[in-house]
Amino acid sequence: MRNLEHSMTASPAPLISVRVLVFAKFAELLAREEIDVTIAPPATVGDVIAKIRASIPAAKALPPELLCARNRAHASPSDTVSDGDELALLPPLAGG
Amino acid sequence: MPFLTEDALDLPRLVAQVAAPERGGIATFLGLVRNHNRGREVLRLDYSAYGAMAEEECGRIVAEAESRWPVRVAIAHRLGRVEIGEASVGVAAAAAHRSDAFEACRYVTEELKRRVPIWKREFFADGTEAWVDPTAAARTASVEARRQ
Repeated sequence: MRNLEHSMTASPAPLISVRVLVFAKFAELLAREEIDVTIAPPATVGDVIAKIRASIPAAKALPPELLCARNRAHASPSDTVSDGDELALLPPLAGG
Repeated sequence: MPFLTEDALDLPRLVAQVAAPERGGIATFLGLVRNHNRGREVLRLDYSAYGAMAEEECGRIVAEAESRWPVRVAIAHRLGRVEIGEASVGVAAAAAHRSDAFEACRYVTEELKRRVPIWKREFFADGTEAWVDPTAAARTASVEARRQ
């Protein structure tokens, strides 16, 4: 029993996968419209963005602060992400 | 009915979506494509959106307005190529009395511009084109204001 508990606490949680959609100016900058990111939980929207900045050279040109969405609603970088989430990086909005 | 459309905006249809016998006032806003922006001549705009989120965000804004005022609200926003003088966005708010209609129409229009993920590309008379960035315009304006 003790061994089982030990192995359960020691085994890392499975990685989670999220899809990140990019639009307009950011899609041009990154030359793509979506990015699949795999990350270890617990992770936030900001962690996912940091991983994109670190892994895609062109992403270093993204502004330091940017609007982001999680599952089609505005999100904060501190929001926790879950497996299967749809995130989005939103350039300055210009509707109207 | 979807809020985003590739077709020309139809103001009478927007009004018909909110009109009812008990509503005595309808306020509408139409945003048109202007032939100039920040001192440059503009030929046309091309709108794009994060469609799924834009639909949901418009729905949330309508729900907020309809819970805050006794109104019915309709929104339509163009996508794709929009020519000078054509309407790119329309808002209609209907209420029993005019003050609620005006306030809700203003609220929905401002929130739409602030929150709905839509972008536009400007095509200028000199042959160049660029993404519109209202935050850059605001930054320039604040720098100019500090200089004065």
